[in-house]
Amino acid sequence: MQAAPEPVFEQPWHAQLFALSVALHAQGLFSWPEWTKRFGARLKHNGANHALNGGDDYFTAWLETLEALLVERDPKDQQQLSDLHAAWTEAYLSTPHGSPVAIKIKK
Amino acid sequence: MPHDAHDHDQPHSLLPSDPALRVKALETLLIGKGLVDPATLDEIIDTYQTKIGPQNGAEVVARAWSDDAFRDLLLKDATAAVSQMGFYGRQGEHIVAVQNTDSVHKLVVCTLCSCYPWPLLGIPPGWYKSDAYRARAVREPRKVLAEFGVTLPDHVAVRVWDSTSEIRYLVVPQRPAGTEGWSVDALAKLITRDAMIGTGLVAGPS
Repeated sequence: MQAAPEPVFEQPWHAQLFALSVALHAQGLFSWPEWTKRFGARLKHNGANHALNGGDDYFTAWLETLEALLVERDPKDQQQLSDLHAAWTEAYLSTPHGSPVAIKIKK
Repeated sequence: MPHDAHDHDQPHSLLPSDPALRVKALETLLIGKGLVDPATLDEIIDTYQTKIGPQNGAEVVARAWSDDAFRDLLLKDATAAVSQMGFYGRQGEHIVAVQNTDSVHKLVVCTLCSCYPWPLLGIPPGWYKSDAYRARAVREPRKVLAEFGVTLPDHVAVRVWDSTSEIRYLVVPQRPAGTEGWSVDALAKLITRDAMIGTGLVAGPS
């Protein structure tokens, strides 16, 4: 627990996830009390068997909280998230190293 | 981002981790639905990486040390006091300032998740979000403080404040000796993030 200088976000995905959540809160998708209740419950659940670190473990719980909240609000999101995950995976695996990675969005 | 050693035989881009791909999927979905705007996301990240951080809280504490009327307002209604200085917004709706004294040292934690006064301190450090700190700060605060290099005399009590989504705490540390007559700016440079969480003390001039 030493307080060495550290970046604000350890990983780019932590920052992206944080920004998405703040933006969704600003849109009124959830309130912070609702968020902390859900997020706290998820941390407790994930930490039942091992002590969570404040980095990847913490943001993985955050990610699971946000995914579950969105799917609860709109059940169609589940399939779409799964399709988009597959599309991004495919895009990374088929894009030559050094080129920008993009996916085609199906409507 | 840590990744495997670069391999020139590998023609494709490096595949991000599973959570990173899930975040990309979320981002694509939400932008597609028009719920978030990419420029807004960039602005939020930039704000927390470069503009909002413990320097804001340090300015507040240095002013409280220098201006009795401001200190009284800060201790009575911190949200109003810091709003006057332009520090408000996300997760700053209800801030309470707690002052360290010769007899009581204050320590802040969020046992539920990681509630924290963002407008004053920015994004909490990794250790503040860890299970270890969240559990132990309440159970054995003196031991935790010792690990941060803070050893308090026996006559100083430790009081732990548990933040929530409704109330977020800022510790007003004690002003170090030898700083009489210092400007607010000079004082602010002494004040660390940890001192405003309670896991540090403000060191005076050496």
